[in-house]
Amino acid sequence: MRTYILKRLLLMVPTLLGAATLVFLIMRVIPGDVALLIFGGDQAGHIDPKQLAAMRQRLGLDDPLLVQYATWLWGVLRLDFGTSLWTGQPVIEELLIRLPLSLQLALLATMVSVIIAIPLGMLAAVRQDTWVDYVVRVISIGGLAIPGFWVGILTILTLVIFFGWGPPLEFTPPWVDPWANLSMMIWPVLTVGYRFSAVTTRMTRSTVLEVLREDYIRTAWAKGLRERAVVIRHALKNAMLPVITLIGTEFAFLIGGLVVTETVFTLNGIGRFVVDAVAHRDYPVVQALVFLIATGFVVINLLVDLTYAWFDPRIRYR
Amino acid sequence: MATNVEVAHATATASLAPRLTLVEEVLKFARTKPLGAGGGLIILGMMVVAALAGTLAPYDAYQADYALQFARPSAEHWFGTDEFGRDLMSRIMYGARIALFVGFTASFIGCTIGGLLGVTSAYVGGRLDLLLERLMDILLAFPQLILALAIASILGPAVQNVVIAIAIPIIPRAARVVRATALSVKENVYVEAVSALGAPQARIVLRHIVPNVVAPYIILLTAQLGGAILAEAALSYLGLGAAEPTPSWGLMLSGSALSYAEKAPWIPIFPGIAISLGVFGFNLFGDSLRDALDPKLRGR
Repeated sequence: MRTYILKRLLLMVPTLLGAATLVFLIMRVIPGDVALLIFGGDQAGHIDPKQLAAMRQRLGLDDPLLVQYATWLWGVLRLDFGTSLWTGQPVIEELLIRLPLSLQLALLATMVSVIIAIPLGMLAAVRQDTWVDYVVRVISIGGLAIPGFWVGILTILTLVIFFGWGPPLEFTPPWVDPWANLSMMIWPVLTVGYRFSAVTTRMTRSTVLEVLREDYIRTAWAKGLRERAVVIRHALKNAMLPVITLIGTEFAFLIGGLVVTETVFTLNGIGRFVVDAVAHRDYPVVQALVFLIATGFVVINLLVDLTYAWFDPRIRYR
Repeated sequence: MATNVEVAHATATASLAPRLTLVEEVLKFARTKPLGAGGGLIILGMMVVAALAGTLAPYDAYQADYALQFARPSAEHWFGTDEFGRDLMSRIMYGARIALFVGFTASFIGCTIGGLLGVTSAYVGGRLDLLLERLMDILLAFPQLILALAIASILGPAVQNVVIAIAIPIIPRAARVVRATALSVKENVYVEAVSALGAPQARIVLRHIVPNVVAPYIILLTAQLGGAILAEAALSYLGLGAAEPTPSWGLMLSGSALSYAEKAPWIPIFPGIAISLGVFGFNLFGDSLRDALDPKLRGR
């Protein structure tokens, strides 16, 4: 196990290095001059060329590409991602302000999705090819088909029209005022959680189906156990493994959900930060965020694989 | 494409079952997979609307009519009009073209490039395989929407750029699946036999390996279609997809749609239904197609 963890950690290095390189290259392909953008772009009228050159120098844009690349990598290692072009604040500080909201949203949404998904998926598997199964499948495929931002728009619309509700403007951390926090977060959490649950339901259904065909399940039936005992004690326990993986790997899905949901609900989280940074052409921020999200993704995948090994005694990693 | 499926199918079942004609295959699919057939019907309907949008649409999708801003749904304008007085139903019908175009081209480009890389990686093996695998790992490190977002932000808002932005994140996912299948096909005795007979490499790859990865390729393609349509809607909603006045479904939901929503709730409602229904159809169909084509799941 220890060698396996070590091997995986070592494999992470080239992946993350590659990701950092790719992000760097993407940002260099962008048409337009960042320094010019800071002064208001092409439409800003006359800009003093001296000022422009000074700004380029300050941003390190007149260095050779290789030097810029080395600076970026060195910055990544020290968690120094430069400063936002828009606010002048260090990117990492801007990020830390917004992190609690997104983390809370992600965690609660995952919880909601699991609470919905596992009973539904199990039910569909046990009653395969009956109307129960069809209804669950239609609901879960539907959940995947309905765009998250549209669910958000409809939720807001309903709340505004029927309850005179207005989206709160400032984030209240749960440790300051749990009630205010919850009343703000509940709708986005349900929006993301519902969509997320669609994926988990499908996964639960198919893994329970697979497990139900195993020999030891037949043995359990043959022993004369009741359906509830067979399904919950024997099948569900083993079917949970791939579902755990999914909850991890669908982190990507969740990030996508955060991007659109935070935009719809005008929540000041990481997801909306990405969109705003892209819209404002705040390239250092985009570069840093995309890289950090990729890193989070890689780390979570590793953790999921390790949990997998932890839960399944049959898996022996070399 | 259909002939390739038949080849793959025929090689697998030639001696086991009587060969079915295409019509019989379709009927069998409709009988055994009612949900999938329903999805197929939705797709077909969407295609018809997209193809005949010019004749079916009651009004010009681009023509603004300021006398008719925010008209309620009525006999003249079934879905109402938007803030420029444009007929929403006509815009949704033209929007089907954009959704289908982006969905099909993006998943086709992504799956084909990914598939070719996967087959090459599996067949050539060695250092090239290792290099390509690491490259795919790097691309896979980025969540799909985030990568698409970054690419779209570089390319700027336009329909063809959205296609590229959505296709690139599909490549590593397709390469993974096709590579795995190609690796197992390559180990088959018949591949060894034809190569012992001295068949040229190109022939081995094209005649013996590629037909056998067609099934997973098609499953992948249909599975990505719904996601690609949804991604287009999300990117357009975020202002990185199609630009005004293109009648993209996602774009119709963006920006002003929510601020006018209290006054004219039909503006955000109908395009959302169109997206959901279209993606729902593709997902249903793709799901059942996977069940029908995947030998591991057959007979379940």
